Amino acid sequence: MAEWIDAKPKNKAAAWLEERLPIIGLVNNVVGVDTPTPRNLNYWWNFGSLAGLMLVIQIISGVVLAMHYTPNTLMAFDSVERIMRDVNYGWLIRYMHANGASFFFIAVYIHIFRGLYYGSYKAPREVLWMLGIVIFLLMMATAFMGYVLPWGQMSFWGATVITNLFSAIPVVGESIVSLLWGGFSVDNPTLNRFFSLHYLLPFVIAGVVILHIWAKKVSDSGNPLGIDVKSSADQIPFHPFYTVKDAFGAAVFFAIFAAFLFYMPNALGHPDNYIPAEPLVTPASIVPEWYFLPFYAILRAIDFPLGIPFTDIVFVEAKLLGVLAMFASILVWFGLPWLDTSKVRSGKFRPMFRWFFAFLVIDMFVLTWLGAQKPEGNIPFYGKIATFYYFSYFLLILPVLGKREKTLPLPESIANPVVKAAE
Amino acid sequence: MSTINKTIDGEEGATRRDFLHVAATGLGGVGAAAAVWPFIDQMNPAADTLALATVEVDLSAIGEGEAVKVMWQGKPIFIRHRTATEIEEARSVNVAELVDKQTDAERVTEGQEKWLVVTGICTHLGCVPVGTSDGEDKGEFGGWFCPCHGSHYDTSGRIRKGPAPKNLPVPVYTFLSDTTLQIG
Repeated sequence: MAEWIDAKPKNKAAAWLEERLPIIGLVNNVVGVDTPTPRNLNYWWNFGSLAGLMLVIQIISGVVLAMHYTPNTLMAFDSVERIMRDVNYGWLIRYMHANGASFFFIAVYIHIFRGLYYGSYKAPREVLWMLGIVIFLLMMATAFMGYVLPWGQMSFWGATVITNLFSAIPVVGESIVSLLWGGFSVDNPTLNRFFSLHYLLPFVIAGVVILHIWAKKVSDSGNPLGIDVKSSADQIPFHPFYTVKDAFGAAVFFAIFAAFLFYMPNALGHPDNYIPAEPLVTPASIVPEWYFLPFYAILRAIDFPLGIPFTDIVFVEAKLLGVLAMFASILVWFGLPWLDTSKVRSGKFRPMFRWFFAFLVIDMFVLTWLGAQKPEGNIPFYGKIATFYYFSYFLLILPVLGKREKTLPLPESIANPVVKAAE
Repeated sequence: MSTINKTIDGEEGATRRDFLHVAATGLGGVGAAAAVWPFIDQMNPAADTLALATVEVDLSAIGEGEAVKVMWQGKPIFIRHRTATEIEEARSVNVAELVDKQTDAERVTEGQEKWLVVTGICTHLGCVPVGTSDGEDKGEFGGWFCPCHGSHYDTSGRIRKGPAPKNLPVPVYTFLSDTTLQIG
């Protein structure tokens, strides 16, 4: 457990406040001069603070958009177009919000895969990792509901397909879907509640982010070598070293964000969402936003039931099995601290693991690509292979590899990265 | 130990205080659960949504081999005027080989076999299958085709190929006359 250092402000007013509410100490101990941090963090460690900054951007731009948006099926589409054409700087704020969602996911995906490579989920950081998954699930729900609000064709049909996933649940499925819709199809009650929840959930995310940072404070930051901090020589204060490094990373990241925002604001969106929602006409292909594609590919890959082959006996219908596989593909992360049996945290010292991890990254890109294709020809078959590898990595490879793999010798300490002799 | 541990009826263990704790917590729990219910149930369809609107359709305008889409309760309903060949196709299928085993006779009204009325929502994930209007892809079995995930329905609206688990559902409907259909 990290030590807590009381702040002693020299300014009298600050000292008066600190005595009554130790908020300066709180900041100092989490991201300040009194936060000893491993000295060897590389640029992959930038993406946590970047994700936090994106959350702030999304909340600010979203609150402003809500001032001009109308959550009614007859007016929603037009109110968004009004934001784009008539509201002062409305185009900028809406593009910022729409592309901001994508960049939030980019930061979070890199953050997650950083954790997967460097073993950030291992003891003592299991709860820190699991809180991260909770944030990711909340983000997915928030992004999904936000995409429904413009009430375009993709909004409507995306909402229809995703809410219908719950109809796969035996017995109560249909009732749950009706409960989600507030009617017999995606309609005005659905739009209203999605707007309400889309406004709420980002603040819930902010709350879980505080828990996430708290857990990080308690278990300390991990580091690229994956070994514990041995002495103060291994550490440097968070401020100014990592505040500056994070700021530099943010400048680069926001430059790329700005390039999308100003030069290709619709590159990551689907043109069909500029067609008003039409309940009688399904678009030729329904494609989710890019950040959902890997999981959508897993959903579609499972088109067979779970049962006894060559008989009519079916335990789980194909539709339910696909939905379960999709949810399991994220929920399996919760088990990761125990599924990975290796004592060594960092992938840097695991020669075999590095290969399997590289394949997992490629597999994610393949799944993303597959999710955007029409389910014809060989696409469903490739989907099955990619899905098989995805689950194998977590359920088969990591448990076995940790026991079999011969890892490289670990350095003595972060400050003295020399490998001890005869080890 | 003092008075706290004195029992009401002299038996060991259960004190008056324990009883009050259990009773108060239990009643509080029941009260909380009762208060939660309105907040869940408000999400269900409201009274105006539930008010079962019925739709009347004039069938005389639908020629043989044609089909129309009408809206009922926010859902598309397909009404198809089937040709003799299409009815024959639907009836000659070996029911045992179907995913969702239903005969054509179970899905239409006796004496009005040429009219097929189904809810136009794919039973996979809720897309609207194509094949109602002229020139649209009717799928491999001459009925409907769902473009989202590739489900094929036959001329009785039954699932024949693809991920959908069930046949297109038949809504509640009655023939008011030979040319007037009431849905709902």
